[in-house]
Amino acid sequence: MAAEKSRLGYKALAVFVKDIKSEIRTRYAIGSIIMFAAVTVIAVGFATGGVGLDRDLQGIVLWLVIYFASVAGLGQSFIKEEENRTALALRIYARSSSVFGGKYLFNLMLLTALVIVIIPLYIVLVGLEIDCYALFISVVILSIIGLAGSTTIIAAIISKASIKGVLFAVLSFPLILPLLLMAIKGTQKSLLTGAAITDGLPELKVLLSYAVVMSVAGFMLFDYVWND
Amino acid sequence: MFGKIGLLLLFAWVIIGAWMFEPPMSGVSNPEVYRIFYFHVPVALVTFMAYCLAMYHGLLYLRNRRLFDDKKSSTAALLGTIFCVLATVSGSIFARQTWGMYWNWDPRQTSIVVLLLTYLAYFSLRSAIADPLKKANLSAVYSILGFIAAVFTIFIWPRIAPGLHPGAPGDSTSGSFIVMSTKTWLVFGPSLLAFAGLYYWLYSLSLKISGLEEENLHV
Amino acid sequence: MKLILENISRSFPGRKVFSNISAVVEKGEILVITGPNGSGKTTLIRIIGSLLPPTSGKVVFNNEDKQFSGSDILRYVGIVAPDLFLYDELTANENIRFFARVSGISRGNFDGELAKFGLQGRGDDMVQSYSSGMKQRLKYILALMKQPPLLLLDEPTSNLDEQGKAVIEDVIKKHVGITVIATNEDSEINYGSRKITLGL
Repeated sequence: MAAEKSRLGYKALAVFVKDIKSEIRTRYAIGSIIMFAAVTVIAVGFATGGVGLDRDLQGIVLWLVIYFASVAGLGQSFIKEEENRTALALRIYARSSSVFGGKYLFNLMLLTALVIVIIPLYIVLVGLEIDCYALFISVVILSIIGLAGSTTIIAAIISKASIKGVLFAVLSFPLILPLLLMAIKGTQKSLLTGAAITDGLPELKVLLSYAVVMSVAGFMLFDYVWND
Repeated sequence: MFGKIGLLLLFAWVIIGAWMFEPPMSGVSNPEVYRIFYFHVPVALVTFMAYCLAMYHGLLYLRNRRLFDDKKSSTAALLGTIFCVLATVSGSIFARQTWGMYWNWDPRQTSIVVLLLTYLAYFSLRSAIADPLKKANLSAVYSILGFIAAVFTIFIWPRIAPGLHPGAPGDSTSGSFIVMSTKTWLVFGPSLLAFAGLYYWLYSLSLKISGLEEENLHV
Repeated sequence: MKLILENISRSFPGRKVFSNISAVVEKGEILVITGPNGSGKTTLIRIIGSLLPPTSGKVVFNNEDKQFSGSDILRYVGIVAPDLFLYDELTANENIRFFARVSGISRGNFDGELAKFGLQGRGDDMVQSYSSGMKQRLKYILALMKQPPLLLLDEPTSNLDEQGKAVIEDVIKKHVGITVIATNEDSEINYGSRKITLGL
């Protein structure tokens, strides 16, 4: 049993590594995500001038930027397989769980890169002042795990549909909204003076359960989507 | 036949009862408007139940691969969407009367809109796929994902965030909840039954019609 | 080892591709599927490989009903087909190693296979730079990696020169298990002990 499980992880890692190699050579996804987010943050910083954004708004805008950047780039790992017609080979040689695992890790990596680039940029350009770093970072970490879970399965779904464009945003919004609401609230709490990680406990709990539930649901439903 | 007469009578009773008895809420500035409780809440409950029905048939499709389950799923969803619009509209009428604005982003208002968006997303997905087997497969999967997210938005969010709806944390009218006395149940219970009955009647009718259409195609 | 096709039919709304296809194939035998273009050869091969569900009927392999069993495919099938595409942006070796790892094969060195199919020395070239004949040979390396009991070949020698064709003939003759070939080439039609003709 343990040997089976470790082989699943090993195979998922193989998919992940393959995607990274592909990505390095073609630059499909990472470019669009980071450029999109960077341009948006710069625009927001520019528009608010030296005044900066009202504190409550800062949390909202940050997560909106992350959400839209996700919609712009996280579909790529599946869309690329369908467009290059390599999906069939992947279906034949890999178990669906390995494919999901690999793509999940890939999206998680993209999201991590996104927040690492965006948040410092945001702090500098929009004047974000974080009071409780522990809360802020926990919110971010749990949120990107939840985002990875839901966007991976949605990306798989839209890769099988014919008109891709707006569909990702339309399908993902109702599913991701609870995560966004919690992330925004949690972030707002971390900006308040005298904030402590315990203030955000309800939000963190919900974010954790969302991340777990969505990732598991995505994993279980993926087989139906992938194998047509 | 009797079912339809029964439904008509139920509705008649609900309409009379909603106006004859005292409004379900006291101690507020405009108690009369709370009568909408007898219509708005059952409709909102039915739309949620409709979504569960759509998801249930989605699950059945994934298990048995019978296209008729997909038909049931999409029919349930279509009617659910209509009920959802009704719930949203009746809710915003209440909002306007009680809190001054049609829309307040109160958590429960948000959750009904999210349910509406989920329904709409479900149909967008269906219209983006041509092959009926793929359509059934993917929309079943989406309905399940939508259900999970809806649970978060409908049940968890309103409990955490402060809101205006009666019963939310920080509710300005807290202390004077809607009193569920026997009198209120006398109207609310039948109302729930009536709207559920209405939904079910429309649902079975739709399925029968599509069944006949299918037969016509093959003939 | 036995492959049984029981009354397989496939149709779309408004079009029947084929129906009542039945066959029994034993170990060591070769089933050949022929027919004009568009008669459904590729569709039938895909159904046999559990990549597509039949509209009705069953595929039974080794006494297990293979009706559309999702991830089960990879355990028993090797496929070469014109609509199978490999990763252009990776080298041949990277493609092989990736598909090997993901199939659970831990071996890292495939130089022997590369040589057998005439690709020696080209292992570290991007598949993008490969000719269609070379890509075809690479597909064979991948399909045979797992020593699959069921080998499905859709147009086995397309894009291959005389030398390539000889190698493939050898592969087919030496395959231990059941081979299913979809083709219109006369030379290949004669490999098979059993034949299904579509499009009649």
